[in-house]
Amino acid sequence: MKHLLSIHDISADQALDILDTAAQLETLTAGAVKKLPTLRGRTVVNLFFEDSTRTRLSFESAAKRLSADVTNFTAKGSSVSKGESLKDTAQTLQAMGADAIVIRHPASGAANRLAESGWVGASIINAGDGTHEHPTQALLDAFTIRKHFGPSMRDFSTLNIAIVGDILHSRVARSNIALLQKLGARVTVIAPPTLIPVGIESWGAPFSYDFDEELDQFDVVMMLRVQLERMNESFFPNGREYSRGYGLDEARLARLKPGAIVMHPGPMNRGLEISAASADSIRSVVVEQVSNGVLVRMAVLYQLLGGPDLQGAGGAL
Amino acid sequence: MSTISSVSKVNEVLLKSALLADGSVVDIRISGEKISEIGTDLTSEGISLDCTGLRVLPGFVDLHTHLREPGKENAETVLSGSQAAVRGGYTALSAMANTHPVADSAGVVEQVWRLGKSAGLCDVYPIGAVSEGLEGKKLAEIGAMANSAARVRVFSDDGKCVDDPLLMRRALEYVKSFDGVIAQHAQEPRLTVNAQMNEGLVAAELGLAGWPAVAEEAIIARDILLAHAVKSRLHICHLSTKGSVEIIRWAKGQGMAVTAEVTPHHLLLTDESARSYDPIYKVNPPLRTQSDVQALREALADGTIDIVATDHAPHPHEDKDCEWASAAFGMVGLETAFAIVHSTMVATGLMDWKRLVEVMSSKPASIGGYDEQGQALALGSVANLAIIDPSREWVVNRDELSSKSKNTPFHGHTLTGAVIHTIYRGKLVVRDQQLTGVGNV
Repeated sequence: MKHLLSIHDISADQALDILDTAAQLETLTAGAVKKLPTLRGRTVVNLFFEDSTRTRLSFESAAKRLSADVTNFTAKGSSVSKGESLKDTAQTLQAMGADAIVIRHPASGAANRLAESGWVGASIINAGDGTHEHPTQALLDAFTIRKHFGPSMRDFSTLNIAIVGDILHSRVARSNIALLQKLGARVTVIAPPTLIPVGIESWGAPFSYDFDEELDQFDVVMMLRVQLERMNESFFPNGREYSRGYGLDEARLARLKPGAIVMHPGPMNRGLEISAASADSIRSVVVEQVSNGVLVRMAVLYQLLGGPDLQGAGGAL
Repeated sequence: MSTISSVSKVNEVLLKSALLADGSVVDIRISGEKISEIGTDLTSEGISLDCTGLRVLPGFVDLHTHLREPGKENAETVLSGSQAAVRGGYTALSAMANTHPVADSAGVVEQVWRLGKSAGLCDVYPIGAVSEGLEGKKLAEIGAMANSAARVRVFSDDGKCVDDPLLMRRALEYVKSFDGVIAQHAQEPRLTVNAQMNEGLVAAELGLAGWPAVAEEAIIARDILLAHAVKSRLHICHLSTKGSVEIIRWAKGQGMAVTAEVTPHHLLLTDESARSYDPIYKVNPPLRTQSDVQALREALADGTIDIVATDHAPHPHEDKDCEWASAAFGMVGLETAFAIVHSTMVATGLMDWKRLVEVMSSKPASIGGYDEQGQALALGSVANLAIIDPSREWVVNRDELSSKSKNTPFHGHTLTGAVIHTIYRGKLVVRDQQLTGVGNV
């Protein structure tokens, strides 16, 4: 595996390998020394064309814990408005000796272009491209689910998972639906009709406009962030109506089945798609998702950049 | 066999054993601009071309070409576009109005017309803008363009839709005084805000904003009714959906005066190609699905769609060498159009050579009112000819295109059928697939 662009490019076994690696890394870094020497001398560039402090910090921590050198390149806005093309930016970074480029970009497919256009030779990790995919988010979500429902699970078919909210514009949803289905879970998509993409039929996930209908059946309820500007585009009338239909409030929280967990990729709009009580409840694994994010991104960097055998690395500590 | 004896033989071309669209084999003598003799066993002191096994057809006529001059001469000029045209067997093209400045005045259309004359490789008919600056607010100087030296008859805001129904109505009415036609780029703008590709399964997966079929179909339905109400002529540019085909079919069944075009790329490619995220496949209207492709082919064969038009849209490399959303819409098409139409329509048995001549030559000429184009191969006709080897297989190489821009999605594709020679007004402008240097260049 040279790049990580889309969940569609990897098999269930490859995904599980990444999750297993993340689990090993967790054990190896659980002690006082949190750093492994495995990527010493390698350079990871975080190329962020969108504001996302959380994701950037997560990748940065992951790379640093593997002893890689990290360079951050942050350019707000599109490459066009910046006046420099994605190609030129990427080639500049390549010239600085990047072994891996972690890219976040507002254009769907930007990571694919970087990997497949021949502009650069580095490994490309998609850290979110437009409304397309966010594969490391899906992997960290699967890792989190696994920790709660069976740390060595290789088959998710006992799990019933709801993904709720703005599916149309969500790269998190696209990657998660693809990965969780690949791992065998039953995934149901819940949203108002305006936020379900035309063409969703081919995803193989049942969809519903009614959050309450099967609410007590889900093992995992994954809430998606609602972009406030969608209201101005008439995807729904206003925040109050959205919350009534699709928000995880206390009443809905109370109906969840025992053992069910609540997930959110963050940042949360408290009071809109998720109430404060739900976000802070014992069912919420939101904070855990963040710490798991570092481990999963370490595992991805480790696999793409071909670090040495982990047991050996552990022995070197 | 009769001859036109008054024509000098200085500029004479003899085509030996030419296979015509109807299957007959003849020798054709061209003297000056015209066909002077059709017979057998003709001989000549001038240029003689052995056309054994080659189809000799009326030169192709493109009703939809973007030449980029004035304004973006780095992408294409009238000259380079003319060179691309004749290598593709075209002897006439229609220069769309979305140049810089916009062709919305007599001055600009006359400039383009004169540049065409001075290139001297094919007829260049400027298309006038419908609205000033393509802004869709106020009628452009349509009468002045019609009365200019360029004698404009086709008006279009192509690239943009004339979405204001009142402006569209006025335009349709206004061009009636000189039998003009409005060529509509059918795209409801509010339904296609920031649209990137066909709305459907592939767009949903790729996370690219969808361009729904209904945004095209709604405008076509509206404009057909408008044109019918004011008894004017409407032409629909680059039809791309099955639903559009059905609307046109219904309208023609009602006897309404509407014509429609399809591009070669919409006859061959689908939205599946967007999976590469390579913007070489980014075009407006977008590539649709296989069932749309099938419907378009059937409609072209049965006459629901009248013509093939290239929508040749040159763009410099940097406008495609980027991420999808930042890339320009459009693809070049003049040099591959015939081979694609031949491969998809004739080689598949969907239509015969006579129909190919209609869709690529005689009908576009009649829609545009281009009297000296698309004429039947007969004594006294203007000698605009495309000479074709139907069995020649070739691999498209973008570096060999005459167009200044290389944005073809067909690079590396093997196509069947090649343009071997092109004759424009009696002059051999392309011989053995290469420009001869003849023309006013």
